[in-house]
Amino acid sequence: MRRNVSLWAGIVLVGLVVGVALVSFAWTPHDPLLVDASVRLLGPGGEYVFGTDKLGRDLASQLMVGARTTLYVGVVAVGIAALIGTPLGVLAGMGANWLGELIMRTSDLVLAFPALLLAIMLGAVYGASTLTAMIAIGIATVPSFARIARAGTLQVVSTEYVLAARAGGRSRWWIAVRHVLPNISGIVVVQSSVSFAIAVLAEAALSFLGFGTAPPTPSWGRMLQESQELLAVEPRLALIPGAAIAIAVLGFNLLGDGLRDRFDPRLEVRR
Amino acid sequence: MALALGRKVLVLVASVFVASLVVFAFLAVLPGDPAQVALGLNATPELLARTRAEFGLDRPLVTQYLDWMGGVLTGDFGTSYVTREAIGPQLLDRLGVTLWLVGAGMLVALLIAMPLGTIAAVRHRKPSGAAVSALSQLGVAVPAFLAGIILVQIFAVRLGWLPSGGWTPPVRDPVEWLRGLILPALSLGLVQGAVLTRYVRTAVLDVQSEDYIRTARSKGLRPYPALVRHGLRNAAVPVLTVLGLQLATLLVGAVVIERVFVLPGLGSMLLDAVAARDLLTVQGIVLVLVVAVLIVNFVVDALYTVLDPRLRRS
Amino acid sequence: MTLLAVEDLGITAGGSPLVEDVSFAIEPGERVGLIGASGSGKSLTASAVMGLLPEGLTAYGSVRFGDRELLGAGERELSRLRGKDITMVFQEPMTALNPSMRVGKQVAEAMLLHRTRDRRAASKDAVELLERVRLPEPERLARAYPHQLSGGQRQRVVLAIALANDPALLICDEPTTALDVTVQARILDVLADGVRERESALLFITHDLAVVATVCERVLVMNEGRIVESGPTRRVLSAPEHEYTARLLEASS
Repeated sequence: MRRNVSLWAGIVLVGLVVGVALVSFAWTPHDPLLVDASVRLLGPGGEYVFGTDKLGRDLASQLMVGARTTLYVGVVAVGIAALIGTPLGVLAGMGANWLGELIMRTSDLVLAFPALLLAIMLGAVYGASTLTAMIAIGIATVPSFARIARAGTLQVVSTEYVLAARAGGRSRWWIAVRHVLPNISGIVVVQSSVSFAIAVLAEAALSFLGFGTAPPTPSWGRMLQESQELLAVEPRLALIPGAAIAIAVLGFNLLGDGLRDRFDPRLEVRR
Repeated sequence: MALALGRKVLVLVASVFVASLVVFAFLAVLPGDPAQVALGLNATPELLARTRAEFGLDRPLVTQYLDWMGGVLTGDFGTSYVTREAIGPQLLDRLGVTLWLVGAGMLVALLIAMPLGTIAAVRHRKPSGAAVSALSQLGVAVPAFLAGIILVQIFAVRLGWLPSGGWTPPVRDPVEWLRGLILPALSLGLVQGAVLTRYVRTAVLDVQSEDYIRTARSKGLRPYPALVRHGLRNAAVPVLTVLGLQLATLLVGAVVIERVFVLPGLGSMLLDAVAARDLLTVQGIVLVLVVAVLIVNFVVDALYTVLDPRLRRS
Repeated sequence: MTLLAVEDLGITAGGSPLVEDVSFAIEPGERVGLIGASGSGKSLTASAVMGLLPEGLTAYGSVRFGDRELLGAGERELSRLRGKDITMVFQEPMTALNPSMRVGKQVAEAMLLHRTRDRRAASKDAVELLERVRLPEPERLARAYPHQLSGGQRQRVVLAIALANDPALLICDEPTTALDVTVQARILDVLADGVRERESALLFITHDLAVVATVCERVLVMNEGRIVESGPTRRVLSAPEHEYTARLLEASS
C-alpha cells in the first residue's frame, strides 16, 4: 500500500516538472531572459510570482525554462547510458566468458571516472557546454545499466523456457531479443528513473560550477550559483531553484521506487 | 586467501595502468596541442615552438607518456605550462585538505546512516520507521552544495557560530581547523548520510528476516542485541559496496563543496587549472582522483573477505 | 506439576484465524509429537509457545510454563526463559547459523548469555557438546564457519546449542525434514539421547508418522488450526479415532 503511494507521488512530481517544461514552450509569465534594471530584486507576489533576480529577470519564467534544461540533459544522458549500457550488459550476460569479463572490467574502470570528473575533463578540452555535461553524465551512468542488465540477463538465461528454447535450436540472438530484452525491460525502466534523478543532481552541480549549460540559457544549477553572492539578503534566490531541483530528484526517485515494486513483487512481501 | 589478495592487487595495478592511459589520451592527445591550449590562439608560432620544446611536447607520445608516468611514480607530476611551478608538491598539499574533508564527510554520513537506517528497518511497520524513511528520501533529493549554502546562511551568517569558509591547517590551530571543517563536512555528509540510510535500512531488513536471527532470538537474545551481535556484520557486506561507491562520489563531490566553502583542496585546484587551461595540472589531478577511487574499490573488495568467511576460499 | 499447559490458544493474522482452541499439556520429561499436514498450524503453535511469532500475528488464550504465563509476558522475561528453560531446533539447518561467526562461539554464546558457564568453561563445554552430538573432530569443527559444514552437521550444531543449558523443554520443528534419510536417523538418535540424558521434555513437530512412532510417547494431531485427536502414540497410530488421522496414516503408508 505504502509503495503505491511512492509510485503516485513520483508520477505527480515528475508530471509537475514535465508539465511546467511543456507549458514553457508555449507560455511563460515574462521573457525569462529579459534584463530590466528597473525591476531588480523584486520580492515574490504580484506581477512576479517568485520575484526577480539581480538583473531584473523573472524568477518564475527562468524556473519554467530551466525545467526544460534539466529534462533535456536528463533524457539525453540517461538515453546514452541505457542505449549503450543495456546491450553491453546483455552481451556480458550471454556472450563468451572472456567477453563478459572484459565488459564488466571496463565498466568497473569507467566507474572510477564519476560524471563530475568526466564533465570537467571534457570541459577542459572542448570547453564546457550542455553537450559535454550530457555526454559526461551519460558515459558515467553506462556501468549502472550494464550491471543491472547483466544480472537480469543471467537470471533470464537460467530459466527453463530459455533452456527449452536453446534445446530447440534457437540462436542466442533470437533468445536475447525474444526473451531477455522483454524480461529485463522492467529493471531497465526502474534504473532509468533512478539514474534520471542522479543526472538531475549532476547537471545542477555542473551548472553550479560553470561546467554545464552556458548563460544565458536558464538552468536551475546556475540560478543557484548566481544567487550565492546575494544569499544574505535574498535567500529566496537560492531556495526556489533549490526546491525545484529537490522536487525533480524526489519525483524520479519515488517513481523508481514505485516502479521497482510493480516489477518486482518479491520485494513487497518484505516491506 | 593470499592468492585471492594477490589477484586483486594485480587487477588494481592493471586498472591504474589503463586509467593512466585513458587520462593521458584524454588530456594530452585529444586536445591536439596542449601548448596551444595553454597559450591561446593568439600565440606566435615561435612562442609555441619554444614552449613545446621546453615541456618536451615535441617528442613522440610514447616517450611523453613514459616520462610522465615515470615522474608520477616518484611523486614528480611535471611543471605547469602556465605557472611554471612544480605540480607535485602543491598537489599533495591540496590532497591533504580534500582527504580531511572526505573523511569527515564520510564520518558524518556513517554516524547518521547506521543508527537511522537500523531504526527505520526495525520499526518499518511503525510511524517512526516510516518517518525516517521519508526523511531520508527527502535528504537524497537535496544537492550537497545547496545544503552547504543553507548551512552557511544559518550557522555562519545568521548565528555567526562557525566560519563560512576558508581553511586553517590543523598544525597551526587545531580548534580553528575543526571549526572550519564542521560545515563543509556536514554539507557533504548529510546528503550522503541520507543515501546511505536507505541502503542500511534495506540491508538490515534483509538480515532481520534471516533464520539465524531467529536462532539468536531462541537462544535468549532480545531483538536489538540479536540484530547487533548477529546481524550487523552480515548486513555490513552489502552496505560496504555502497560505501565504496559513495567514497568515490564524495571524493569528486568535494570539488563542489570546496568551491562553496573556498577550501584549498584538490577540487578547487582542478577548477583553477581548467580555468587557466593548464592541462598538465588537470591531468595530474584527475589521475590522483581516479587512482584514489580505484584504491577505495580495492580496499572494499579486500574487506569483503574479512567480513564474509564464505568468500575466503581462494 | 505440569511443565507446559496450553489452553484455548488461538493465533490470528489481522482478524483471520490461523490456529483456534488449541489445548494440550506436557509433563516434565514427556516426549510429545505434534503431527499434521503442512499449513495445519503446528509451527505457529510452537512459535507462539516460544513467543517468536512472525510480525503481524497475534496469539491469545494461555500458555503456562510451570507457574508462569508466557502469553503477554515481557520480552525481558521471555528472553530469560528462551535458550535456557525452553529451547528450539528449526527445520532449515542450512540457514539457521550465523555465517560470519565460528561454530564454537555460537554454541558457547548460549551458555554465556544465561551465565550458566564462565567464558573459559563455555568454550570448553561447547567442544564437549559438539562431541556429544557426535560431530567428528569437535575441536576443529568448533573453529570452523557454518559454510564448511554439511546440512546434517549444522543441524547437530543447532541441537548442541539447544541442549547447552539442559532445557526443561525442547521444541523441535521438523528438525530432520530438510535432511537425507540416512542422516535423519542418526540425528534422531542424538536427539533422543540428548533429551533422555537431561530428562528434558520434548515437543516434536513433524509430518512424518514413522519418526513420531520412534521418538514420542504421546501424539497430538492437528488439522486446519485445531487439534483433532490426541493420545498415546501407539494407540493413535494403530487405531485412529478421527477420520483426518486415518487419512494421514493412509497417506504415509
